[in-house]
Amino acid sequence: MLKDIGKNMNNYKKNLLKKRYNAERRFQWYGKIAIGLALTFLAVFMFQIFSKGYSAFQKTWIVTEVHYDKELLLIDAESPSKDDLENADYYDVAYKAMTSLDPGLPEEEDRQLIQMVSYKYETEVKDLLLKNPDFLGKIVPIKLTASDDVDQVHKGNYPRDIPEKNRRVNDYQLQIYDMLNERGDILSEFNISFFTSPDSREAELAGIASSFMGTVFSILVCLAFSFPIAVLAAIYLEEFAPKNKFTDFIEVNINNLAAVPSIVFGLLGLGILLAVFNLPRSTPLVGGITLSLMTLPTIIIAARASLKAVPPSIREAALAMGASNMQTTMHHTVPLSMPGTLSGTIIGLAQALGETAPLILIGMVAFVNTIPGTPVDPAASLPVQIYIWSESAERGFVEKVSACIMVLLAFLILMNLAAQIVRHKFEKKWS
Amino acid sequence: MNLILVTFIILLAFTSYYFGRKKALVIQSSQRLTALPKFYGYYLAAWCAAPALIIFVLWSVFEPSIVKTFILQDYTDQNLTKNELQLIYTKVKALAVGTYTGNITNFLDESANKYIQLKGIANSAKVAIILAILIFSLSFAYRSVQKNDRMREPVEIFLKWVLFVASLGAVLVTIGIIFSLLFEAIRFFQAVKIFDFIFGTHWYPAKTFVRDGQPDPELMKDAFGAVPLFAGTFFIAFIAMCVAIPIGLLSGIYLSEYAGRGVRKYAKPIIEILAGIPTVVYGFFAALTVGPFVKEIGNAMGLEVSSESALAAGAVMGVMIIPFISSLSDDVITAVPQNLRDGSYAMGATKSETVKKVIFPAALPGIVGSILLAVSRAVGETMIVVMASGLAANLTMNPLESTSTITAQIVVILIGDQQFGDPKTQSAFALGISLFIVTLFLNVIALSVVKRYREKYE
Repeated sequence: MLKDIGKNMNNYKKNLLKKRYNAERRFQWYGKIAIGLALTFLAVFMFQIFSKGYSAFQKTWIVTEVHYDKELLLIDAESPSKDDLENADYYDVAYKAMTSLDPGLPEEEDRQLIQMVSYKYETEVKDLLLKNPDFLGKIVPIKLTASDDVDQVHKGNYPRDIPEKNRRVNDYQLQIYDMLNERGDILSEFNISFFTSPDSREAELAGIASSFMGTVFSILVCLAFSFPIAVLAAIYLEEFAPKNKFTDFIEVNINNLAAVPSIVFGLLGLGILLAVFNLPRSTPLVGGITLSLMTLPTIIIAARASLKAVPPSIREAALAMGASNMQTTMHHTVPLSMPGTLSGTIIGLAQALGETAPLILIGMVAFVNTIPGTPVDPAASLPVQIYIWSESAERGFVEKVSACIMVLLAFLILMNLAAQIVRHKFEKKWS
Repeated sequence: MNLILVTFIILLAFTSYYFGRKKALVIQSSQRLTALPKFYGYYLAAWCAAPALIIFVLWSVFEPSIVKTFILQDYTDQNLTKNELQLIYTKVKALAVGTYTGNITNFLDESANKYIQLKGIANSAKVAIILAILIFSLSFAYRSVQKNDRMREPVEIFLKWVLFVASLGAVLVTIGIIFSLLFEAIRFFQAVKIFDFIFGTHWYPAKTFVRDGQPDPELMKDAFGAVPLFAGTFFIAFIAMCVAIPIGLLSGIYLSEYAGRGVRKYAKPIIEILAGIPTVVYGFFAALTVGPFVKEIGNAMGLEVSSESALAAGAVMGVMIIPFISSLSDDVITAVPQNLRDGSYAMGATKSETVKKVIFPAALPGIVGSILLAVSRAVGETMIVVMASGLAANLTMNPLESTSTITAQIVVILIGDQQFGDPKTQSAFALGISLFIVTLFLNVIALSVVKRYREKYE
């Protein structure tokens, strides 16, 4: 009897222990699953962006033959000058170059062929002749930018089996495309114009040059405004500020400012910089100032942390040698804290780089088809460009958005790497 | 003009630095210096640049409004409203610089001439005053240099003031935020009752738009009810937290209590990448991948899902917030003193029991603080909602329908050209100030909770 009870107890204990160990193992698994989920999401996300975006770095060309016929160009002179070529009429020549792909096509259907290349094809025909004046009167092969629909078909992003009326590329155009493809007259080359041309309404011509320059200018303006003020403020608060109500207030203020939603800074830029100071709308100057207000608390906090990390022995040694407080700070503490401050600054700038909402509010969302040369020219920025393109309906913009995201992420990774390098290479380890 | 003046002042400051230093070296030959020679230079340069630049800035800030009052004096007898006066002033200015394209009346022409004249006077007065100040302050400073006063102290006091003024920058930004939001919001609440704004259940500001004229007050009453936006904001934030809290908390606990050095070294920074991705990228991902995915699953289950659902936006936002919660709670848990753990292990508790029964309760205030910070982040998030959750302000609790948030509506209202003075534009500022108050409230609570928690274990 007693033995049985003892046995039961033993069993009970064993079961309890087993249960507890199972719970332990389960709990560990929850943690692993949570981390796994977060990492999976990151992986899916990266895969999606890359698989959608890599094709934007390829550009599709249609090769055809162009006859620079003097008569069609309306050039009378025997040996035409550069001006003559500049002012010639390229419409017919370009038109012929495209329609020659299918001579049997009735004239009223010719739009179907013309639509297979970008609307700028006439300029491309003109540019080739201007570059090579001796082509005049000859028949030469020419590369024309394919329209975004043909481009998407060529990259396999466009389903061909949906009914014709739901397709932006009709059966006839597909037929021509297949014929050209078989002949090897569809070329795929590295898309340089994605990096060198400004934004465009046409997906095949759109590039990131304008928004890239806009981003660079905004970040420079942001750096120029936020870095000096933030470092000076951090030095004051960490080294000189007396402990009183007012400095406490400044401190609380900075901490709260760091958590204010970015869109509120956009409202500030709109309400003060544009409405009161009348700064030019849509420009990187205003964008940069708005962003600098946002990065100010981030840099102040980083700079203060790295000033705090300088050991007191350094200060005491300097003071013992007869340096004044200001000399101690400026000659010893501040230079020693610089690596930490700089890496904090770079991280703050990287945050500002990805910001979109405040820039939209101050008008940097305008369509800009020129490359800005100064901070007071209207411009977009890379994140805003992502927003603008993702609102467009054309299929060709999807890969452009993904490619733009890849450029932006590359930029961010570079900046974060720079911050790491600055921190690890130059920071002194106090032990 | 301004640029030349500023360059001149700065160049003069540089030259006076070298001049001051040289002077100190000359003095050195006859008597003992009371400071290093460079301080003589700094002293002169500071006296040269600071007063002139301060006057320059003040002048530039106040000049336009003074000129404006002078110009508009001629129009006071015409009984015009503030907006009309502003319009006239813009026209006058445009005419003066030659960019005006409307028809030119005599009156306008006269004003433009007056404007040009006033500007000319103001400019020459500015140059004269600044030159006078430069001469005065430089001669004053030069006298002290000659007397060989202690030069270091005034220079250091000056530098300290510069540092102090810089630290006021952050305060200035806060004041700017409050001022810009309040100013427009107050004007908005003159047109729309604050009661209608806070308790109205219908948000449709486009309805009030009337070309050339004042909108109907009856319409206004019904168009600016912000309840659907408040509800949508917290609803999406709630969905986000449903994703972020379990994943973030569990991975934070795992990283701090279980993970080996190697896992911790790599997993933590990789998870933190999620926080570094720009929100517009998340928005694109939510709109293009997650939204259609949710819709497909819903349709397969026989549910009606709008292609821009609160669920998609909320879930993606939750993923964005995971690293906030995971690294903050990781820090908080690591800060729990080791002797609490040791005590628990000594009593025979397993690791998970220790975490659940000892560490978690001890770290709870810190965790709550970090969650509140994350909520404030979710409330202020803009681009994901703009791109993935639609722009129509539906009052709904169905995660499969589209809703809108405060931030998204601010963007919708202010994208493109705005007209100041329009109640629709002003409503964005009213939304902005409510957003500011909500996030400020959350932050203050969160920071004080976290601070108190830290003090407990220090």
